[in-house]
Amino acid sequence: MESLFGRYRNLIVLVGVLFAQILGLAMQVKRTNDIESTRLIRVWVVDAVSPPEKLLAWVQAAVGGVWHNYFYLRGVRADNRALKQEIERMRLEEVRVSQDADQARRLQALLAFKEQFISQTVAAQVIGSSGSEQSRAVYIDKGEDAGIKPDMAVITADGVVGKVLHVYGSTSLVLLINDQTSGVGAILEKTRLQGILRGTPAGEIALEKVMSDETVPVGELVLTSGGDRIFPKGLPVGRVTKVSPGSDLFLNIRVKPAISLSRLEEVLVVTKIDERQTEPDRSATARAADILSERLPTVPPKAENAPGGAAAPSSSSSAPKPAAEAKPKVSPSATVPNGTAPVARKAVTPPPSSPGSLVKPAAEAKPKVSPPAPAPNGTAPVARKAVTPAPSSPGSPSKSAADIKPKVSPPASAITGTVPPARKALMPPPPSAGNVSKVAAGNGAKTSPKPVKPATEPKTQPAAQETPQ
Amino acid sequence: MAITYTSGEQVEVYRFSIPATILIPLAAIFLQAWLPLKLHFFRVFDLPLLVTIGFATARRSQLAGLFTGGIIGLLQDALTHQPIGLYGISKTVVGFGASSLGIKLDVEHAGARFLLTIAFYVVHEIVYFMIARGLVSLHLEWSWSRELWSGLANAFLGVLLYALMDRVKQRT
Repeated sequence: MESLFGRYRNLIVLVGVLFAQILGLAMQVKRTNDIESTRLIRVWVVDAVSPPEKLLAWVQAAVGGVWHNYFYLRGVRADNRALKQEIERMRLEEVRVSQDADQARRLQALLAFKEQFISQTVAAQVIGSSGSEQSRAVYIDKGEDAGIKPDMAVITADGVVGKVLHVYGSTSLVLLINDQTSGVGAILEKTRLQGILRGTPAGEIALEKVMSDETVPVGELVLTSGGDRIFPKGLPVGRVTKVSPGSDLFLNIRVKPAISLSRLEEVLVVTKIDERQTEPDRSATARAADILSERLPTVPPKAENAPGGAAAPSSSSSAPKPAAEAKPKVSPSATVPNGTAPVARKAVTPPPSSPGSLVKPAAEAKPKVSPPAPAPNGTAPVARKAVTPAPSSPGSPSKSAADIKPKVSPPASAITGTVPPARKALMPPPPSAGNVSKVAAGNGAKTSPKPVKPATEPKTQPAAQETPQ
Repeated sequence: MAITYTSGEQVEVYRFSIPATILIPLAAIFLQAWLPLKLHFFRVFDLPLLVTIGFATARRSQLAGLFTGGIIGLLQDALTHQPIGLYGISKTVVGFGASSLGIKLDVEHAGARFLLTIAFYVVHEIVYFMIARGLVSLHLEWSWSRELWSGLANAFLGVLLYALMDRVKQRT
């Protein structure tokens, strides 16, 4: 024995050291499935122990089954077992039904949406890399002492860099977006398709989870969707450079980052994000019927009623003011199908931004009214025909629906804060497909009646896209 | 009688001073983390690996080689966000192998060092690839051409580095 150990001492030590390191790896690495992640060492131990346990349990069940089913109270136990299963099934169903009821109650209260604004950033310098091609991360010279915390977004003026992974005393490790363990919620600017940005082993960026039947043009701008709750919405990530069919149901989309991730020198760490919640005008105690009537087209005033009178803000918007004012576009930009920038950010002149802040917080974005989808001549859209809404009758709903034009937003000039209180949000529009990134606070804001989207709604870009970059 | 370096019993064994033993690996790790920021092509090189091979072939001790490689690899792992142990295992194997070969072969010649570096670079990448794919489930892509070209580049740098390390090694 001693001679064996002496002869193969070095090899034994090598095996021991390798085993110790593999054990250390197994204690760190987690295997992730759809439900949870488990340390590798647990997986190994469970995989080693569970087969004998299953065998023993099977043997025990078999022996017990033979005894109880054929030698002892044959059939009675089967009936008892069936009844117990029935009871358990009914209990589970009862739990499910009560959960459904709870969910229904929660959904009824789920109304408000919050928008995120970068309100504070910390500038940092890139001081080192991870030294490995398989680990695309950089070190910055700011750490816990500067208020940095894990999972803070790291950006530059041109786009997204990554997120803070580890924080030390005076340094932090930032995981770049082109690392294969990184993931960023993304949305295409024009098509509003959402996906997940992931790094590839070669250091490129791929947009995943876009269905293969979608059309993605090359050159389209990719923005953050905000769905990951790390990066504020609307930050540029890059441009689509290549689209090809993937091996599964999704497209294979390559994205060129907006910034050069291999030439980083200075970055900004987003340390504070404000969430602004649109507040519905609770002072207005309008009835649902009144609100609906406001949205229906009305008869335009006659000529002797002062064509340039104060009643109509413009000649074309002869629609009733309440109707015109009833469209507070409190929804975030994602609801605008034509790819406009976030509404709240361009509603008012932003206050002086904090140093390093990228997106000017729309502090006075109270009148969250959307800019009008301008008509080509720049006037407010002729949204409402002057038709007095008839009482609901079997023949009339379609006519009313046909006459209901796009929500009359106030003219752009009215967005700058001079909108009278009556134009403030009465009811936020219901969530649309692009609204998934918003936090639904469910603070009891009123639900909005479903706005009717007309077929002739102009799909034009808003006048100003003031999202600062 | 002249000492011939081709004989197994007469091969010279070197050692390094304690400051050199500590500072050289640390410098290699620091440069590996810092230089790619300034010289983007430097990502191809693996300075800690070259230092591991240099130490292993000079000391010609399997125990010393595997421990040196293991420690350097673990330190390199600590800078990444991957689990600690990937480079540790790879460089442990390389350290053991390089010192084993150093006992048998003449590794003082530049040509031998060049070929040795290419071979162990590929071995290192294979071990890393297997551990990363098999245990950590990283999605890595293997390309023989890329690894061979990287091995060539590392071999050129390694020959220069070993010549520098020759200046600080001491005969036992």
